[in-house]
Amino acid sequence: MIKTITDDLAIVLAGEAGQGLQSIESILAQLLKVSGYNFFSASEFMSRVRGGANSTEIRVSAKRAAGFLDRIDILIPLHKESIAHLKKRITPETIVIGEEDKIGYPGMIDIQFTRMATELGGAVYANTVAAGFICGLLKIAEQECANFILEYFSRKSEEIRSRNLAAIKKGYAAGKGLSGIHISMGKNAAVKTDLLLSGSDAISLGALAGGCDYVCGYPMSPSTGVLEKMASYAKKFAIVVEQVEDEIGVVNMALGAWYAGARALVTTSGGGFALMCEGISLCGMIESPLVLHLAQRPGPATGLPTRTEQGDLDMVLHAGHGDFPRIILAPGTLAEGFALTQMAFNLSAKYQVPVFILTDQFFVDSRTNTPAFNAGDFKVEKHIVKTEKDYKRFSLTDNGISPRGIPGYGSGNVCVDSDEHDEDGRITEDLDLRVRMVDKRLKKFAAIGPAIIPPRLVGDGNFRTLVVCWGSTFNTVCEAVAALGEKDIAVLHFSWLFPFPDQAGAYLRKAANRIIVENNSSAQLARLIRQATGVAIERQVLKYNGLPFAVEEVQREIRKFI
Amino acid sequence: MENIFDFKDKIDIAWCPGCGNHAIRQALLAALEELHLGREKVVLVSGIGQAAKMPHYIRTSFFNGLHGRGLPAATAIKACNPELTVIAVGGDGDMYGEGGNHFLHASRRNPDITLFVHDNMVYGLTKGQAAPTSRPGMETPVQVFGVFEKPLNPMALAISLDVPFVARVFCGDVGQTKEVMKKAMAHKGFALVDIFQPCLSFNKVNTFKWFKDNTAYLPDDHDPSDRAGAFKKSLEEEPFPLGILYESDRRSTFEENLEVYKKDRSPLYQREVDMKMVEAEIMAKR
Repeated sequence: MIKTITDDLAIVLAGEAGQGLQSIESILAQLLKVSGYNFFSASEFMSRVRGGANSTEIRVSAKRAAGFLDRIDILIPLHKESIAHLKKRITPETIVIGEEDKIGYPGMIDIQFTRMATELGGAVYANTVAAGFICGLLKIAEQECANFILEYFSRKSEEIRSRNLAAIKKGYAAGKGLSGIHISMGKNAAVKTDLLLSGSDAISLGALAGGCDYVCGYPMSPSTGVLEKMASYAKKFAIVVEQVEDEIGVVNMALGAWYAGARALVTTSGGGFALMCEGISLCGMIESPLVLHLAQRPGPATGLPTRTEQGDLDMVLHAGHGDFPRIILAPGTLAEGFALTQMAFNLSAKYQVPVFILTDQFFVDSRTNTPAFNAGDFKVEKHIVKTEKDYKRFSLTDNGISPRGIPGYGSGNVCVDSDEHDEDGRITEDLDLRVRMVDKRLKKFAAIGPAIIPPRLVGDGNFRTLVVCWGSTFNTVCEAVAALGEKDIAVLHFSWLFPFPDQAGAYLRKAANRIIVENNSSAQLARLIRQATGVAIERQVLKYNGLPFAVEEVQREIRKFI
Repeated sequence: MENIFDFKDKIDIAWCPGCGNHAIRQALLAALEELHLGREKVVLVSGIGQAAKMPHYIRTSFFNGLHGRGLPAATAIKACNPELTVIAVGGDGDMYGEGGNHFLHASRRNPDITLFVHDNMVYGLTKGQAAPTSRPGMETPVQVFGVFEKPLNPMALAISLDVPFVARVFCGDVGQTKEVMKKAMAHKGFALVDIFQPCLSFNKVNTFKWFKDNTAYLPDDHDPSDRAGAFKKSLEEEPFPLGILYESDRRSTFEENLEVYKKDRSPLYQREVDMKMVEAEIMAKR
């Protein structure tokens, strides 16, 4: 029997940490894109450097599709444990390909990647053989594979290059010659000029375009990717990148940087952010800008360090003691990840409030192709004034925003204090002034109003059922809802969470049937929505086992409610 | 002549009458004036505590942040604008207790900033509990059985970390305090001055007289460039040596090590991002 796969293929590579799943993914990502295929990958892995059981899903499609699939069309297990690890996702439809003697899965197709690699000079080439095999299955032009592999290893020695070339060719021949699978995949030339980005890439490029010149952080999964990306740009773009002794130091350093006129980015995850809360409160008090990227992972405490969750919205909403305004963003796509991060710097500088960008492990570690975005459309707005002798950092203004001076630029003094302070920034216990200062800070909520981005409606404008989601679940939820094939259903996705967009109320009230989809255990956005609009969403699709939502799963769960 | 760093009008100072902080403030005002620093180029950074209120009583820009967190902010301010003279100031609890980790790592980074620590061996603002530098046996409302922890020795700690300027003074000698402050500010790199100071309200043990009796000026032949000798000296207690224990010009500063200043000395706020370069970086992902 020949299995036919048309226009949408889900391959899963599975193995232990250290076996090189990422290098196969990396080769395929670029090679498939240059060949005109849409590419999406998502990885789930254990918190260990060696061993265990990890997997990477690679989705190749004729149409753009960046949703995570539960389905596995082809599974390539690199070790025996992969089978048990993925047993819930393996069905009779799944084709398992690999080293039969090692994996021992009944009915699998035996391809001896390691032996083929050893014949070429070492087991180390097995990953390239595997990548070549997949290219052969897809019948990508062989010359294209060869050219790519020489380019990919261009910085390596001649020996390594030629062996990898031989490896990709050998794998290719095995893939192409395999009977039993027929893959027909539509190509799209436009994909070739797309960008190929991970979520970490999108956030980092957005920071560059936002004029970021100072980055500090403390390594913590899954936020470290952005710290490392920014470090890789440090020289070229004149960015100070500092690994600080702890997250308390991180946030205070970032505030010092903004105070001195820099545009600082903090990147962290939930546990690190928890340590920063007093600093967030200081940010509110001294009305400093601050851009903070928080890549969420499951908590509480250390939780599941390398996995995904949308569990920190509540914390970010309430972080820091006392009342002060803030902005919370949560990109749903790579384009939003770039644009919102870029915008975060201007928003923060303009309103002098902390701006949080909430992503998660699924978002930062996934990779897909996306139409190129244009940094030329963006302007860096510094919102810094040259000070005069009598400059007052916290001058009382109609909209609560005081012109922001920085020390050393102008003749004035720039005084900021964590205590309640007067217009000049000096400590005060004048309790009437205290009230005026609180009111001043809170006035900024109204000032921010016009900048708020309303939630995006995708689907039928005459919806009866509204599926509500936020942040990283956008692609998966949209695909699931489209796949339902129902009329009068739409998705309402929030990428701007706070101050809560009032426009959401009308959508929510219009829906006869409201469903929320959140990658957490308590429907944190639903709670915020109820607080802001009075609308309760009782139909909840929640997931909190550390894995991202799959398209099929969301489809199935929504179906129960319509 | 008026000191440009002082206020023309009388200001309301929150310290107790007779507190050593007043003398430290006088020394700092004089040191700032004598160094002929531009007022708009000086930034005082502090955390929380009685000493940390100092920035409010000097006419400069300041960043009065959180308890213990002055040093990360000060490090960043200097890193973003090396043209500024950045002085961090705080008490023993602020800098050695709550901020102890930042002290260790500021020592490693070696930013070109100055740190003045008012060391009165007690907590003042919270009314009389033990400090990291409290002497054993001191009874307080919390340490009701007396302090039994080993006091932190900031001099030995700093020298062990190769902090390139390590000094201790007693605020009872305003002249030496001012002179050492000037040298510390002029020194390139992280400079620590631990300033002994009596707390009249909450420390009944380490009084003005106690400090007088339990300190001794470093001998004229003390060689501050000899790190091992300075370390040995820093271990001496009762009497505690006063003066510049250690001074070195061997370490490069944090700012000097930053790639961003290798070709361009201008502060970060004066720079513009080149969107063409950003665009090229984006397109490189095609």
